[in-house]
Amino acid sequence: MVTCLLWADMDSAGFAQAFLQYALIGLTNGALFALVALGYTMVYGIIELINFAHGDVFMLGSFLALTLIGALAGLGWNWDDPAMLCAGIGMLLVVVPIFCAAVNVSIDRIVYKPLRTAPKLAPLVSAIGVSFLLMNVGLLWGGAADRHFPDLVSRQNLLGEGAAIGFTVKDLMVVGITVPIMIALTLFVRLTRLGKAMRATAQNPVAAQLMGINVDRVIALTFAIGGALAGAAAVIYGLYINTVSYQMGFQNGLYAFTAAVLGGIGNIPGAVLGGLVIGLARAFGSAYVGERWTSALVFVILIAILVFRPAGLLGTRTREKV
Amino acid sequence: MSTPRDRSFSMEWFYLALVLIYPLLVYPENALFRWTEISLGMQLTYIFIYAILALGLNVVVGFTGLLHLGIAAFFGIGAYITGILNVPAYPFQIGFFWSMVCSTLGAALLGVLLGAPTLRLRGDYLAIVTLGFGEVTRFTLRNLEEITAGTRGLNPVPPPVLPAALAPPLEAIGILPDWSLDYRLFYYLTLGILLAVILLLRNLERSRLGRAWVAIREDELAATCMGINAARVKLSAFALGCGLAGLAGSLYATTLTSTAGPDAFDFNRSIIMLCCIILGGLGSIRGTLLGVVLLIGFDNILAPMLDGMLQNANINPNGSPLLTFSSWKLAIFGLALILMMRFRPEGLLPSRHVEAELLTKRPLGHPRAGTT
Repeated sequence: MVTCLLWADMDSAGFAQAFLQYALIGLTNGALFALVALGYTMVYGIIELINFAHGDVFMLGSFLALTLIGALAGLGWNWDDPAMLCAGIGMLLVVVPIFCAAVNVSIDRIVYKPLRTAPKLAPLVSAIGVSFLLMNVGLLWGGAADRHFPDLVSRQNLLGEGAAIGFTVKDLMVVGITVPIMIALTLFVRLTRLGKAMRATAQNPVAAQLMGINVDRVIALTFAIGGALAGAAAVIYGLYINTVSYQMGFQNGLYAFTAAVLGGIGNIPGAVLGGLVIGLARAFGSAYVGERWTSALVFVILIAILVFRPAGLLGTRTREKV
Repeated sequence: MSTPRDRSFSMEWFYLALVLIYPLLVYPENALFRWTEISLGMQLTYIFIYAILALGLNVVVGFTGLLHLGIAAFFGIGAYITGILNVPAYPFQIGFFWSMVCSTLGAALLGVLLGAPTLRLRGDYLAIVTLGFGEVTRFTLRNLEEITAGTRGLNPVPPPVLPAALAPPLEAIGILPDWSLDYRLFYYLTLGILLAVILLLRNLERSRLGRAWVAIREDELAATCMGINAARVKLSAFALGCGLAGLAGSLYATTLTSTAGPDAFDFNRSIIMLCCIILGGLGSIRGTLLGVVLLIGFDNILAPMLDGMLQNANINPNGSPLLTFSSWKLAIFGLALILMMRFRPEGLLPSRHVEAELLTKRPLGHPRAGTT
């Protein structure tokens, strides 16, 4: 009885601490999901396609990052030196997104573009096909087993060694890269001419075309941005999680996609919010429900949201066009 | 006068006869087995089971136009119900026939429970809900170790009891009346059930309900205006599709003598089944069967056969993954899907309805109410 009370007393302080810790972990992971989710949501917003291949573009990006890190180390790049590490990550954050953007735009050009006027099932099935194809590329590139991604960023706690709550350099890296990217994207879509063109195309492609917007270019741009975000996410994911495999695109793609739907698919702030919610749900789920149930929990949330609020958290209910 | 329709009709009888007679000619099976170490008859048995699964999916996706991405979950639920009702670890042991009935009804019931709140969702959202449900089911099967034995799966699932009266006539045509010794018992059992399912669906397709399904697929709004209760019609398609998947799952567990692990019922399985019906032709029973034979046949028979031949020919002594067929399987599936959608979206053996629907273009940015 006494021990029980004592335990409860200690727990209230410990509980708050643990709670904060899980919230931090959740938000950091969520920021990563959000980056991938943005790619899904932007593409869906414009051509109403669930781009199943998006997660696999993300996977290829992480393999490219892995290969590049190895190749640079072979050339004598010292990843332990902080300055060279920063420069190296900076370079990865340029090269990998460009690669992923190029892959994504090529996919759109070669596979989806000829199907623009076909019934919606056709591009969807093609997207699944592309996903399989890219997974096979990943399988031949990285092998069937999980690959270790070098643990380059330190796990030193920024709040001081032995502090009750851990916020490591690694966590800072994730937040420090993802947040500016998301802010930049929002400003781009809100304020620039191209961003305006994107919003117009998402609203009504035909009207946008009549207003002189080159719809094909806007769609290509959307795929490029989505791919670049996935590329950036791939680099950060590798450095943060340290394990990559050819199947990770599928799993993380599903979470990211869930995030996009949760926020209201097609809605950019919604994808960010959805990503954070999914990250938090996974962190709290593994803490309070059990690690092995977290994935199921994410999908239960997804189903519940779709049943009770099909438009997502931030989406507005659209009337079906007849 | 011989129209193409007549010709295909007679070809059907030809294929049916072929499938019926193949196991009775012992020679081809034995020769194939010696050459490639693959029992074609056993693999065909699995193809029949997958055909039932694909036909179930075809009711939902092909006839009714509801994109279902979690059919493997219902397949798995069927397998696990049969497992629980039959393995020695549980006290039920109700036998093959009743567990088959329970699997079918159980999966259909779950389909209704999932469908009732979600079938009003728009196409893409429904696809996501079914996908999510599939994943939840897989994780649940894996995590409820006390009930499902986790990743090991439930086994052994005992074979059906053969009526004593059937044994002598079977022996007369050279079939051993022992399920574990002679694959042909399962072969004919699954083939028989598959034929019954095909008959049922053929009749349903032309019934009032079948026409209502197609009407919903073509234009839900118009169908509703014509007095069709869309919710009930969709739900019936969902229940039937999921029930058939449960039936296939029950047969799968019985044939395999195990429920396999939860990962046998993952998203990939759902997608491969979807590929089968799309390749063959959405909404077409003949097309679905063709798609299953081509894709599952490639996956389970041709790829391992070619791999075995490559290995025997000693072309690939270092075991490089680039030189095995299995490591290109995903790419071949993927390319097949992409090329089909590009050049023959209606499938290899399309139903006339879907063909007409797919050949009308949709203006950019104007979602058609039809398929998906």
